[in-house]
Amino acid sequence: MSMQTFLLNGTSVTVDVNPDVRLLWVIRDMLGVTGPKYGCGINVCKACTSHINGKAFNPCSVRVGDIKPTDEVTTIEGLPATVGKDLHPMQEAWLEFDVAQCGYCQPGQIMAAVAKVKAARAAGHEIGDADFDEIRNVCRCGTYNRIREAITAGAKNM
Amino acid sequence: MGYLMAGTTLVVAADLSLGGSPAAAAIPSLPQIPELYDLEDLQTDAARPTAQLITITMNTDGTASFQLPRAEVGQGITTSTSMIIAEELDLPLDKVHVTLAPARPELLFNQLTGGSNTSVSTFTPIRVAAAIAKGALLDAAAIELGSIVALLTSKAGVVSAPDGSSVTYGELATKAASPTTKKVNVTLKATSKFKVIGTSQGRVDAHDIVTGRKQFAMDLQVPDALPTMVCRPPTLNGSPKSINNEAVVKAMPGVTDIAMVDTGVAVRAQTFGQCIDAIRALDVVWNTGSVEGESDATIKAKLKAAEIPLVVPQVPILAQTVDADFTFMFRSSAALEPNCSIADVRKDKATVWAGLKSPIVAQGHIAEAVGLPVSAVTVNVITGGGSFGHKLFGDAAVESAKISKAMGKPVKLMWHRADEPRQGRVHPMCTSRIRATILAGQVLTFEQRHTSVSTDFTHGLGEMLTSQAAALPGGLGNLGFSESIFLLTQELPYNFGLVTQLLNEVDLSFNTGSMRNIYSPDVACANELVVDQLAKKLGQDPLAFRLAYLKDPRVKAVLQKVADVGGWGRKMPAGTAQGIAVHKEYKGATAVLVEIDCRPETVNRQIPNAVAGPRVTKAVIAVDAGLVINPRGLDAQMMGGVSDGIALALTSSVHLVDGHFLEASWDNYFYTRQWNIPPDFECIVMPSDSQQPGGAGEAGVAASVSATACAYARATGTMPTTFPINHDQLSFTPKPFIPPVPESPTDGLSQTY
Repeated sequence: MSMQTFLLNGTSVTVDVNPDVRLLWVIRDMLGVTGPKYGCGINVCKACTSHINGKAFNPCSVRVGDIKPTDEVTTIEGLPATVGKDLHPMQEAWLEFDVAQCGYCQPGQIMAAVAKVKAARAAGHEIGDADFDEIRNVCRCGTYNRIREAITAGAKNM
Repeated sequence: MGYLMAGTTLVVAADLSLGGSPAAAAIPSLPQIPELYDLEDLQTDAARPTAQLITITMNTDGTASFQLPRAEVGQGITTSTSMIIAEELDLPLDKVHVTLAPARPELLFNQLTGGSNTSVSTFTPIRVAAAIAKGALLDAAAIELGSIVALLTSKAGVVSAPDGSSVTYGELATKAASPTTKKVNVTLKATSKFKVIGTSQGRVDAHDIVTGRKQFAMDLQVPDALPTMVCRPPTLNGSPKSINNEAVVKAMPGVTDIAMVDTGVAVRAQTFGQCIDAIRALDVVWNTGSVEGESDATIKAKLKAAEIPLVVPQVPILAQTVDADFTFMFRSSAALEPNCSIADVRKDKATVWAGLKSPIVAQGHIAEAVGLPVSAVTVNVITGGGSFGHKLFGDAAVESAKISKAMGKPVKLMWHRADEPRQGRVHPMCTSRIRATILAGQVLTFEQRHTSVSTDFTHGLGEMLTSQAAALPGGLGNLGFSESIFLLTQELPYNFGLVTQLLNEVDLSFNTGSMRNIYSPDVACANELVVDQLAKKLGQDPLAFRLAYLKDPRVKAVLQKVADVGGWGRKMPAGTAQGIAVHKEYKGATAVLVEIDCRPETVNRQIPNAVAGPRVTKAVIAVDAGLVINPRGLDAQMMGGVSDGIALALTSSVHLVDGHFLEASWDNYFYTRQWNIPPDFECIVMPSDSQQPGGAGEAGVAASVSATACAYARATGTMPTTFPINHDQLSFTPKPFIPPVPESPTDGLSQTY
């Protein structure tokens, strides 16, 4: 066991855990932050998608020991604070289009969407069909079309 | 008629069997079981006059609360139920709080979520209860405001008198309370006066979902219920014989307990990550499984041998025959939320938290498994992260209770993703043989023989009585159930002369269940492909042929609608085509038009660890679901149905090889992903003058798979006969079976974006 420190949703947290444990379990099982969901544990379903230093990543596939004390980890719970509002524009778009069905994949979908919009802009274009086709997050309820509509709308307010 | 219940605040009730489930009533009688262990309990509870009531409580803060005896798994029933109560009570939607009821054995048949039946069966009883509440509030308000009921108006939770004085529901809640329980009669609001029902509403849990606050079973914090997983056998339904290194694994970081149960070796640890590590380290000696040595080919051969013969039809010698033979492979019904359950089993009582669609049956099985009376077992129903039929069974709930008992501690049990396709419930493999004859432009006969690996219906009708009957030895009870369900759900909607549709099932020891829409996606897909063949033989357009032979005007209307909106018959490039199909079920009708692109440049798109395959580029679905409570929710269910249909036709199956299923990941089991969906999607909700809602949750699947298959046949010029069409090409490298779960990667930081 050893002390692991990082920033979670703007607050510095320290946990006493083996550095080999993947970050998802530190966040969920030890810190009780349950927005990121387990769907596979092998970086495939993307249900745990969160942000590290503003970029999308999957904590199921990162050792907590590989996270630096200065690394900022943001889960869905901390997303609104990144824009200083009660809800991030992408969350508002999700409500506007009533995207969710069971809701299990949705925190990951929203976190992926925000990063994808930023990545498209960094590459010099607005998000579109080709980008949507690259999103790997599984939605077993199959609400993919509403996800696309919401991302398009949410991007306009980002 | 309903009840005013005795209490200090206003509580009203109605009998849930009001306008009850016609399907349940129509199912033929099952064998009587004289010696059921919980029969006494059932009879005692059922004998109480108010036992079967559902209650709405008016709270002093002006909100109304209701415990729905059904499972919300994404289909939107907490939202639609809130709307029904808001409508009848004249209360804003956000002042209605619907939660899920725990297992209530006294509800008998009335706590099964399935068959897209929730709105059909609960619409009237919930309205009755809400209307009684409103009546009691008005009575109390008349006294309070010194007026008479006929002069009062109610709006948004406030009752007003002609003189302008008013009082809120919250203020009336205790005044309207009844000191005794009494029967009252009630008049329901006329459907023409509806202001909430029929309007599009967002989900009541949407805000919680998008902020990450919605809690699923694994998100609950139950004291001392530490993460627990099971090291499972390498072959289907194997069992553990012994553990070679228990002490070594027990000493691993975080591990607190190890226990052998019938399904494998359970590990309890500080985190799920440490459970995974422990499972990978365990050295277990296994007993053989239930299908050792079997493969897709051997199972298919057994199904073919069990097919009920087609009758040689007595038709004129000049009649032409269309013969077709289809195979539908095993499919996993797993949701994104894996099987999971929290259990706290003590000496004298047990408490379980899980997403369950038949909680009464789960409660019975848990009681049996841990040796406690049913009355000592509390089963809390938690909103589920998807079901698709998977949550009809309490597999994880029962397993978690056994583990908790074995360890003597609370456990938070979760299946690994790899466990789901490999050991979890699947939609059974089946074949469908069809022979149709035509003469002089008429279809004379249409025969279908559907043969399936046994579909497990041992959840019965949601209570222990029929559950036990379905579990009779030899599968006799279950086959009776299967055939009843088949007969009650399958309806060929065409005038095709002599029509016979028969089912046979073979019990081959698989873990099966009713996947979303049960038999219909396969049966309808086979039928609609043959319908296209018949049209072709008669030189007719698929749309015109269907319109000519369809019986029901509602089915014709949805078909014509998708043809109009989707532009049926437009010229398409070679390698692309349209497909069109219908389905009639759940007191409604659906039709789907799709366009598919089967050109090599589309099929061969390079997407890592994926099946690109043919792309459905457009989907138009029209649905007549009778009286629609929430059009937006219905639209969502249709969108999901189309996604399911595309997967069933093109990409999603599990492969049985040498006694086990190969799939262990969402990148092995190819459910529809963003690169598979139609960028162009439209759903049309048909206007209806029906007074009754139909089913929504499953209604979109069958016509979607059929239309996709028909479009594929037309685009490629070859009618597919094995589904999904890519099944014969294994598109991934199977993961090892020992250890049964893959290691979590460590390179996540190299894949940020």
